[in-house]
Amino acid sequence: MSSTRKANSMGIHQHANPAADAADDVLLRVKDLEVEFNTSKGVATAVNGMNLEVKRGQALGILGESGSGKSVTARAIMGILDMPPAHIPRGEILLEGEDLLTVTPRRHRQLVGSRVTMVFQDALTALNPVHPVGRQIGELYRVHRGYSRRDAKAAAIKMMDKVRIPAAAKRVNDYPHQFSGGMRQRIVIAMALALDPVLLIADEPTTALDVTVQAQILELLKEQQEERNMGLILITHDISVVREVTDQVAVMYAGRVVEHGPTAEVLSRPGHPYSRGLAASIAGEELKGRRLPAILGTPPDLLHLPAGCSFANRCAFASEACAASVPALELIDEARHSACFHTSEVLAHANA
Amino acid sequence: MLGYTVRRILQMVPVVLGATFIIYALTFLMPGDPVAALTGSRPLPESTVQQIRLAYHLDDPFLVQYGNYMLGLLQGNFGIDFFGRPVLGLILERLPVTFALAMTAWVLKLAIGLAIGVYGGLRNGQAGDHFALVFTVIFLGIPGFVIALGAQTVFGVQLGWVDPAGIRAGWPLAFILPALVMAIEASAGLARLTRTSLVDVLRAEYLRTARAKGLSPRRVVWGHALRNAMIPVVTYLGLSLAGMLGGAVIIEAIFNMPGIGGLMVTAINNKEGTVVVGIATMLVLVYLVFNLLVDLLYGIIDPRVRI
Repeated sequence: MSSTRKANSMGIHQHANPAADAADDVLLRVKDLEVEFNTSKGVATAVNGMNLEVKRGQALGILGESGSGKSVTARAIMGILDMPPAHIPRGEILLEGEDLLTVTPRRHRQLVGSRVTMVFQDALTALNPVHPVGRQIGELYRVHRGYSRRDAKAAAIKMMDKVRIPAAAKRVNDYPHQFSGGMRQRIVIAMALALDPVLLIADEPTTALDVTVQAQILELLKEQQEERNMGLILITHDISVVREVTDQVAVMYAGRVVEHGPTAEVLSRPGHPYSRGLAASIAGEELKGRRLPAILGTPPDLLHLPAGCSFANRCAFASEACAASVPALELIDEARHSACFHTSEVLAHANA
Repeated sequence: MLGYTVRRILQMVPVVLGATFIIYALTFLMPGDPVAALTGSRPLPESTVQQIRLAYHLDDPFLVQYGNYMLGLLQGNFGIDFFGRPVLGLILERLPVTFALAMTAWVLKLAIGLAIGVYGGLRNGQAGDHFALVFTVIFLGIPGFVIALGAQTVFGVQLGWVDPAGIRAGWPLAFILPALVMAIEASAGLARLTRTSLVDVLRAEYLRTARAKGLSPRRVVWGHALRNAMIPVVTYLGLSLAGMLGGAVIIEAIFNMPGIGGLMVTAINNKEGTVVVGIATMLVLVYLVFNLLVDLLYGIIDPRVRI
């Protein structure tokens, strides 16, 4: 593991223990990440002390509403935030022990697109409209592996086959607009899988697709993830997607992870009032004809985050302590973390 | 592609008809008598005037005159001027000068405009961008003939680098200064369009994808951004070539170049309808052909509009 050796020799990761990460099969460790945006109205804190961990072969869902910092986190990991206006005052993003925030730009380009890759929300805008799809997939082999034009094209066809695009050899010279939405997303997935990444980040990969196609795309992602024993981060606001695809889930609120644990447990027995609100808002048979239980209030203004817990003003469990300080993400049972002073009450409520 | 081209060429027919009709009508409506303009202060004998009027069908109703002209045009006959010279010959004699000037200016404009535009676009919001912006505003603000006369005085007369007027030095020497004057003025608009288009494209999602693929910044810009940024620019370039031909007429006068411009001015003064309409028809045709080329090129650059 040359990457691990490099990180060690540089001696810059005081908190991280790359050797331990390698042993635990931890692919990605995000530590205390903060991302701020300079806006005309002031500094908006989009990600506020984010902690995350993805292991080999693990599918992690990041669940949260718009503006909770899910996509910003993903972009920070990929190094594709527009800086400025964004900047990262604090934090570490360790990919197999190497901090993506401090590596040289050259090293960063070697890792991104090959070790860690991304599937975007809208495949139509994510693909370059003036290049044939085969060229866009083949470009990865040319740039990262030094393939010839011909070999790259052959590899692109193979990849298109792999993601089940019919008649791949015939369609390799077609342009993105000549494909249907589902097929376009398959092409983006082919690009993301081309160089056998250890970690794939899918940022709302099915939001722009219709329901039947959504299921196919999720199935494809899940199947490829299991086949390759790859880490997968699935960013979504759709609880059912999280439930179907992921093993672990991190619930985000106002730029922080508020609960993190095995998907089934978090959704069935949430330990954080916000996850509880989310889980309760799923429409089911028993809610027919009744008002959907929504979480009252609105998310906080990212320009003026409160001093204490960001969720306190919408929370039924809130006490004085919540307004005074931010609860840390703490272990609440074997494999579950929650950032709430009242977790035990929340859990007790669920059991009752 | 072939079907599209044929259709486009057929679409040109009504455009040519309409354009020639309007120009012919405008020439016909110009005040003053063509024969009187021809003879100046010493009037011709009445019999000669009648002879000229008859020979050139000047007494026929407007529509008959126009019809005769168009019939000739269809046979490739542009008519003759008042001195009996074929109009087509007159135009073809002078067209190469105007064409050389316009094309040289157009190429220079392309180079200057794209260079400034791309530079400004890549340095969006930084000092370089502001510099490019100031440059374009200055040249957009100064009238073209002022730049032309200034350049002529400085480089032609005072420094003596090139002949201040005429085309004795031939291409490219005699054409550089006038073409540069035209190019600098016209490049401002191109630079701004290119800059804006590039800034837009640099924000596009697919450039994020390109960066997420681990491509170098150079590859992101040259491989992914520029071609997309050129899509609106190409349309503008085709249209601007026509503007170049128009601008050439003025610049020809200032630099005393024997192009179409001088011929046109003389013909308008003499009320020589056949010459005016002949030139105009020629320009309309050139314009339409370039527009067609642009549209075909557009399809090559942007696969989404390919036919």
